[in-house]
Amino acid sequence: MKSPLLSRLKAGVALTAIVAQLAVAAGPASAFCGFYVAQADAKLFNKSSKVVLTRNGQQTAITMASDYEGEPSEFALVIPVPSFIKKDQISVVDTKTIDHLDAYTAPRLVEYFDPDPCEEARVMALSSERVPLPTAAMPAPAPEYRGVKVEARYDVAEYDVSILSAEDSDGLIRWLTDNGYKIPSGAEPVIGSYIKQKMHFFIAKVNLKRMQDSGRAYLRPLQVRYETAKFMLPLRLGTVNADGPQDLVVFALTKKGRIEASNYRTVKVPSDVDVPLFVKNDFASFYKATFEHAVARENMHGVFVEYAWDTGWCDPCAAAPMSKAELTELGALWDGGDGTVVNRFSPVPGNGNAPFVTRLHVRYDAKSFPEDLNFIETSDRENFQGRYILHHTSASTTACPAAKAYRASLPQRFKTEADNVANLTGWSRDEIAARIAAAGK
Amino acid sequence: MRRWWSDARHFQIVALSSLLLVNFTWIDFGAKPLYCALAILSALATQAVCSRLAGLPNIDLRSPLITGLSLGLLLRADEPWLPALAGVIAIASKFIFRIDGKHIWNPAGFAIVVLLFTQHGIWISPGQWGTSVWLAALLVFFAILVLQAAQRSDIALFFLGSHAALLLARAVWLGDPLTIPLHQLQSGSLLIFAFFMISDPRTAPDSRLGRLLFALGVAALGHYLAFFMQMRPALYVALIALSPLTLLIDRIIPAKRFAWTPQGASR
Repeated sequence: MKSPLLSRLKAGVALTAIVAQLAVAAGPASAFCGFYVAQADAKLFNKSSKVVLTRNGQQTAITMASDYEGEPSEFALVIPVPSFIKKDQISVVDTKTIDHLDAYTAPRLVEYFDPDPCEEARVMALSSERVPLPTAAMPAPAPEYRGVKVEARYDVAEYDVSILSAEDSDGLIRWLTDNGYKIPSGAEPVIGSYIKQKMHFFIAKVNLKRMQDSGRAYLRPLQVRYETAKFMLPLRLGTVNADGPQDLVVFALTKKGRIEASNYRTVKVPSDVDVPLFVKNDFASFYKATFEHAVARENMHGVFVEYAWDTGWCDPCAAAPMSKAELTELGALWDGGDGTVVNRFSPVPGNGNAPFVTRLHVRYDAKSFPEDLNFIETSDRENFQGRYILHHTSASTTACPAAKAYRASLPQRFKTEADNVANLTGWSRDEIAARIAAAGK
Repeated sequence: MRRWWSDARHFQIVALSSLLLVNFTWIDFGAKPLYCALAILSALATQAVCSRLAGLPNIDLRSPLITGLSLGLLLRADEPWLPALAGVIAIASKFIFRIDGKHIWNPAGFAIVVLLFTQHGIWISPGQWGTSVWLAALLVFFAILVLQAAQRSDIALFFLGSHAALLLARAVWLGDPLTIPLHQLQSGSLLIFAFFMISDPRTAPDSRLGRLLFALGVAALGHYLAFFMQMRPALYVALIALSPLTLLIDRIIPAKRFAWTPQGASR
């Protein structure tokens, strides 16, 4: 369809891109928040966890936010870590920081308004919508403690943290069970495997008194920092005894470029697709279906890239870029050489100094992801975002030959948009037609 | 005139080209057309130049084409000059590093290791093929192996066997389910490595026993580098580190030298 309409629409998109860059140049981001429509953030998915994985060389910081909503007294966390952890390697992070990173990287819906076909292309408005994100399953908190050694105990904000080493899984499981950690049956071989790989165990429970004293009603994400050659995330404990698949969203902050899984196929979510206007009111269910369809297409063996971008800017912005303080809080503090992040909000998008963020979304269970997730960092800084596009038709009633051609082209365009939704989501044509009719668009 | 199919390289070229075609048209595993073209063209050009300089009677482009295709399938880079440089390093290495009329390193493997250790913008994407492509490639490569049975590619099987045995032994030791070693075998770069690099008849040991020992050695060192040193492209490093040993193995267990053609003139 090489019609004048198409070229005019393209001109509109190009214009929007320029406007967006000007906005970034004008000040620290957020210029587009006024046009904001929706985003697909992690909360959309049940049984989901969010993990921020920051890495520079072997310096690693892992920040874990779970969707835990039960009693704080019931909360327990058990994760294998590659070495002994000192107290100054552990901290808590403001929940808002991770929520911000989630919002900033979430798949987004953008909208364009067709210009009056009888006029030259005018400035158009842009909006974006984001979808909520999922969080990773906490390894389920599940007379003799042979080989178990409590290496250290720390008070870390509202958490009581212990670092354990063990020589045998029976002893460790007994210790954990007796100390109020509910370890699911079936965890033994997994724990045994980590013990043989010389890993330590970082365990945490909530200290109710300190939580009460702080006046806080919710649990903050825990961060652990260490040096390790292993660039991986342990998934296996979380799959033991899990009922059904779980979602994990990994936000990787790295220096060189995007990360990918080295032992699973890493695939981009479908993006830059024109969709009908009803999606605006239904973006969450649309994105959920799109993601699930993509998972099925890869036979549940894929790791999905939802966003890959230089953290210094965005276009369009689902949320303002991360501040230097937030990035530092998440462990990305390598740029300045003196441990500070330098020169972040440069007038040029992507001056290459800012940490690069990769948002990976995995739906996993023990069968489809038998092995822990291993990663490699690539040098690829090419930007990618999960982006779905609405086009509002022109309401102009002016009569001219161009308007006639424009109106004649609309039915085909609507059909293409509906077909796109069918391909992305796997929804039937009837269902899509019903949704379009219900939205009256 | 010799028959087309009597030279296994023709099948290898068809198989590798088909894989690239699958990448471009169907299941993207990350190879970019421009970068592949540059790797292939630079390998071919370097072969032509080096053949002239070495005074060879003719220029045989089949081996450098296999090298270029392998580089295109395996190597990822952020700048186009890197795959071009890879082609040059690969082919030049086999003309420069020669002892007893045999080159020391598999050209593509050598270029990958040199670039991984010297350039920031280079990486290998081992997990990108997906199960279906992996399985299809395994079957096709295996079929080619059977076709070229006389051409000492038994080393590919020796290597895959010992690599699989080590992964299995590790899983048994850790108490891991067998799905883990099976999953670890499903790597596209492992197949290219086994069927096109370690099994390169121009660099593999001449005797069968020598090839068995060499394959075991590479698998063991690769295992150590991967699981104890956490090195991701461990197999390539292991192969390049151990390749000089083939000269020693050939001295201790001598056998007839390999040539693609009866005249044995090509390089």
